[in-house]
Amino acid sequence: MRDVAVVGFAQRQMAQFDGSPTMVELLVPLFADLYEQTGWGRKDIGFWCSGSSDYLAGRSFSFVSAVDAIGTLPPVNESHVEMDAAWALYEAWVKIQTGEVDTALVYGFGKSSAGLLRRVLSLQLDPYVLTPLWPDSVSIAAMQARLGLESGRWSEKDLAEVVAASRAAAIDNDYALLSGETSVDDLLAEPMFSDPLRRHDCAPVTDGAAAIVLAAGDRAREVSDRPAWIAGFEHRSDGQNLSLRDLARVPSLAAAAAALDLDGVGVAELHTPFSHQELMVREELGLDSDAVVNPSGGPLAGNPMFSGGLIRIGEAARRVWDGTTERALAHATSGPALQQNLLCVLEGSH
Amino acid sequence: MGKQLAAVIGVGQTHYRAKREDVSMAGLCREAVDRAMADANVGFDDIDAVVVGKAPDLFEGVMMPELYLSDALGAEGKPLLRVHTAGSVGGSTCNVAASLVQAGVHKRVLAVTFEKQSESNAMWALSVPVPFIMPVHAGAGGYFAPHVRSYIRRSEAPVHVGAIVAAKDRQNANKNPFAHLRNPDITVESVLDSQMLWDPIRYDETCPSSDGACAVVIADEDTASSSPNPAWIHGTVMRTEPTTAAERDQVNPQAGREAAAAIWKQAGITDPYREIDCAEIYVPFSWFEPMWLENLGFAEEGSGWKLTEAGVTALDGDLPVNMSGGVLSSNPIGASGMIRFAEAALQVRGAAGEHQVPDARKALGHAYGGGSQFFAMWVVGADKPV
Repeated sequence: MRDVAVVGFAQRQMAQFDGSPTMVELLVPLFADLYEQTGWGRKDIGFWCSGSSDYLAGRSFSFVSAVDAIGTLPPVNESHVEMDAAWALYEAWVKIQTGEVDTALVYGFGKSSAGLLRRVLSLQLDPYVLTPLWPDSVSIAAMQARLGLESGRWSEKDLAEVVAASRAAAIDNDYALLSGETSVDDLLAEPMFSDPLRRHDCAPVTDGAAAIVLAAGDRAREVSDRPAWIAGFEHRSDGQNLSLRDLARVPSLAAAAAALDLDGVGVAELHTPFSHQELMVREELGLDSDAVVNPSGGPLAGNPMFSGGLIRIGEAARRVWDGTTERALAHATSGPALQQNLLCVLEGSH
Repeated sequence: MGKQLAAVIGVGQTHYRAKREDVSMAGLCREAVDRAMADANVGFDDIDAVVVGKAPDLFEGVMMPELYLSDALGAEGKPLLRVHTAGSVGGSTCNVAASLVQAGVHKRVLAVTFEKQSESNAMWALSVPVPFIMPVHAGAGGYFAPHVRSYIRRSEAPVHVGAIVAAKDRQNANKNPFAHLRNPDITVESVLDSQMLWDPIRYDETCPSSDGACAVVIADEDTASSSPNPAWIHGTVMRTEPTTAAERDQVNPQAGREAAAAIWKQAGITDPYREIDCAEIYVPFSWFEPMWLENLGFAEEGSGWKLTEAGVTALDGDLPVNMSGGVLSSNPIGASGMIRFAEAALQVRGAAGEHQVPDARKALGHAYGGGSQFFAMWVVGADKPV
């Protein structure tokens, strides 16, 4: 495999983006950030790949307008996934592995505030037997949380501790929507939102975008003395049928983890939009007990759809760049109740 | 390690119809998948990863349907990717699947694309008003008709050339058991007699709206070498430009020209007209055949229509185009690009049945999408690339 590294990362997160669902106005400054970080321009990018959803934008071909952010002519080598941009990053990494290109810029965007997100996500379910019942994404996550409470795997207090840790960590994150010191007792005094989940157990509805630059070998060293090298990259899907799945387990995540070497991971950024899912993912991964989880605050502090997973990779890479850790792990998820999972291991020396 | 060889070892298609009310989306996909895997002589256990492609989710009203389809596509426990690059998506899906093998990441990848337009309404899905974005009021035909008029004016093509394309493709479709439209009596004259929809595009010069799915199995060199008739991938390419820009030429887009130049270079082809034995080109409206012949470099600018008029692109011509009947005869949008790529593979595998071009050794698959701005192509060959 070719050595490929994350060499640039830019993001924006907000409760409500006051602009078009195509997000072009947000993507242009993100790309400018990346050109500044890398010292490169548009023509240095060998491949472009994005992740977004038409349903979030409420229109067909939403990514088509987003291409405007790249610029006009000459044409670019470009692709798009209807998934979180973490999977666009995977496609770009594969493209670099073919040897056709040495660099790639990957971006994701989504304006969740344009609709009622939990209801929009009901449309991800089986259209014949499940969507007509309109089970929404929060309710499905609540069923999953309930399983753990009833089996004794976690308590409501455990969930509140995850939230308190996220809020405290997010104090240092300029992009976080929710941050600050809070106590477990205060959190448990809040009313139920979708029993057993309180509002703070669920990631806030977030608008935003993010972008990452990948580069191979010497192109990466051109940008930085310490790029975040990709040491492992795996993703898997579970089946969706909620009646056939054991919602208490995440076999696709366990399978992805089994294909990787997770020893010595010092920092893990986990894409867990619900507090109990952080506990589930930690357990499936079997991380070292001293590994720092979600130092950015994670998705409970801010979770823009379709870039939330990519942001985890960017946040993990940042902590390799600045020497916080030698090895970092990033996780991304997609679909109801952690159906699809992606893992990316990043390291400082390679 | 370098780029690995990859080849198509299985192709599967559904019969394309206006409405497939007898099957669900999962059932539709499985028809194509089961045929592709039987053709490739592989089972789900042999498949390392699944790549799904389709056009806008609003066409069926399901958000990211691959999530719900993962069980039916055997993707449980496997990597599952969902590609969406507008009308070119079927081609892009093949290219992404090929890249997984070429990168050395996987040995056997299943790629599947579909559209079940009867679940929703494509005209509605394309007509949602979006602030600050130019509306495409009359669907794709209304968008592309001015480009066709411009082509006719620039090239001084006689106005019946579009009808020649339509009659040819629909006659080819009569030889393809999977084609949606079947009309043994269609002629240039009957096309010219059909109703004008978006001047100069007549009813019979327009693609249908179809339900259908297409699947291919792409394998590494070891696996493909034990296949009786692999279609070796000689090159893949994607190029994109924005929808609206004053400097764009939508009749002969730069993205298409540059994609063509890149694919010929990758495939080691210096004279595409002589070296390519047949081509499946994305022609949703008849006039796009001569337009793309020029864009692809098969003809000089302004002279593509002369090839069509002279019968060069007929099934028995020097450069057969759209042997399957093309998009003009079957159009499950999300799958339409892959059907072009799959037909190119069938031709070089000698498996195209009644619409086989004798001794086809090298073929082009082509797809485009959006406002003539997304291009995906591949060249496949009966022999390994040199």
